Amino acid sequence: MTEESFTFDGRPVAFRPGQSVGAALTAAGVRSWRSTRVDGRPRGLFCGIGVCFDCLLVVDGRPNERACIVPADAGMRVESQKGTGHGRLEV
Amino acid sequence: MSERMTERGSDVVVVGAGIIGAACAYFGARAGLSVTVLDRGAVGGGTTSRCEGNILVSDKEAGPELDLALASRGLWLQLAAEHGADAFELEEKGGLVVATGDPGLASLRAFAAGQGAIGVTAVPVSGGDLREYEPNLAEDLPGGTYYPQDLQVQPVLAAASLLAAARDLGARVVTGAEVTGASRGADGRLIAVRTTRETFPAGAVVNAAGTWGAVVGERLGGSVPVLPRRGFILVTEPLPRVVRHKVYSADYVANVASDNAGLETSAVVEGTRGGTVLIGASRERVGFDETTSPDVLRRLAAHAVRLFPFLAQVRVMRSYRGFRPYCPDHLPVIGLDRRIPGLLHACGHEGAGIGLAPATGRLIADLLTGAAPQLDPGPFDPMRFVLEDA
Repeated sequence: MTEESFTFDGRPVAFRPGQSVGAALTAAGVRSWRSTRVDGRPRGLFCGIGVCFDCLLVVDGRPNERACIVPADAGMRVESQKGTGHGRLEV
Repeated sequence: MSERMTERGSDVVVVGAGIIGAACAYFGARAGLSVTVLDRGAVGGGTTSRCEGNILVSDKEAGPELDLALASRGLWLQLAAEHGADAFELEEKGGLVVATGDPGLASLRAFAAGQGAIGVTAVPVSGGDLREYEPNLAEDLPGGTYYPQDLQVQPVLAAASLLAAARDLGARVVTGAEVTGASRGADGRLIAVRTTRETFPAGAVVNAAGTWGAVVGERLGGSVPVLPRRGFILVTEPLPRVVRHKVYSADYVANVASDNAGLETSAVVEGTRGGTVLIGASRERVGFDETTSPDVLRRLAAHAVRLFPFLAQVRVMRSYRGFRPYCPDHLPVIGLDRRIPGLLHACGHEGAGIGLAPATGRLIADLLTGAAPQLDPGPFDPMRFVLEDA
């Protein structure tokens, strides 16, 4: 096995070259990685083709990246997202 | 059934289901008139849905427009008390005008001094205190003025709620009916409005067609000099509450009042209940050109980041544009068209239509019923342009 990995909320997730972050997470058994803004409900892949913006997560500190179209990369730091992903800006 | 209603006609037909038409319908119905509202499109489909929903006193100098704005502000609060603030998403958020340099701060202070004399509360804020109002503001701004009376509504919701309230009072709203002309009686008085759908008999007709008021006025027989002034707005991705007030730079006031035909931009930043932040404001006189201008959008973004540096890290989702209805003297056209008996105008409110709508609607209702107007309509007289031409 020559699989590479990124971290998701601190733990390693293996991926194959060319796989999206969302595909790798789903293959690893992770089905939700975002909670909605108002009701905090779980979200993961929905359309899977970059259109619906349901599968948002934080990639290397950038919120609102679409898991389904961001290619997985070795050493990437992926985190689940709460609400807007910009909570630290709240006043 | 609708046939019979049509035969009977209405005391007043209001052309335009934007915020001004909705306010005219509401106050007309409340005064006991039977009202029919016509629009060629949908409710709030024109400039009402292309703005930010501001009800501002902060950007107006002492004069007739500020008088109208103060009266209107009181009516908005009254409407919110009667129908619930949620019916309009009315927020008493207040405005914060900030200077980006010392000359700007000096003119801002002078401007506020002039407003204070007639009922506008303006609180000077030092550069050091600005971030107590808005923690995300840039640290190097020299100061500003806080205007607690500035309000905001969701404009399309506000128009729809006013129309719903008018319908509760018996008004009728007909969408998808474009005015094509008017019928006049033997004495020259307007007696009916012809549309692409049917003809609506009317005791009086109110031209509340906003930016298209010139065209509608012409079709009804009395033209008014209303022209479009284009503006773009950027919409960010949804955020938590990052901006508490309407925040804008001091240059905005000068741009609003300017007669320059070229592009003018200044920073106007505010949050919405939905979480998006709206970023304006640009002004250009380019007719009804709907082309998106990347240069304008770039400038708006740069101005906004100057005030709120965090915005550089936030995505813009989309932009929209609208056409403000402006008159040559920057005052709306409200009142009787004495060339055509039975015709009234209520349009040309430029970028202030949401704020000025209730007082405009009440004034139109007063003129229709013969009640004593609670505000001097003289400065808004549609005939002021005609007399100048003569």
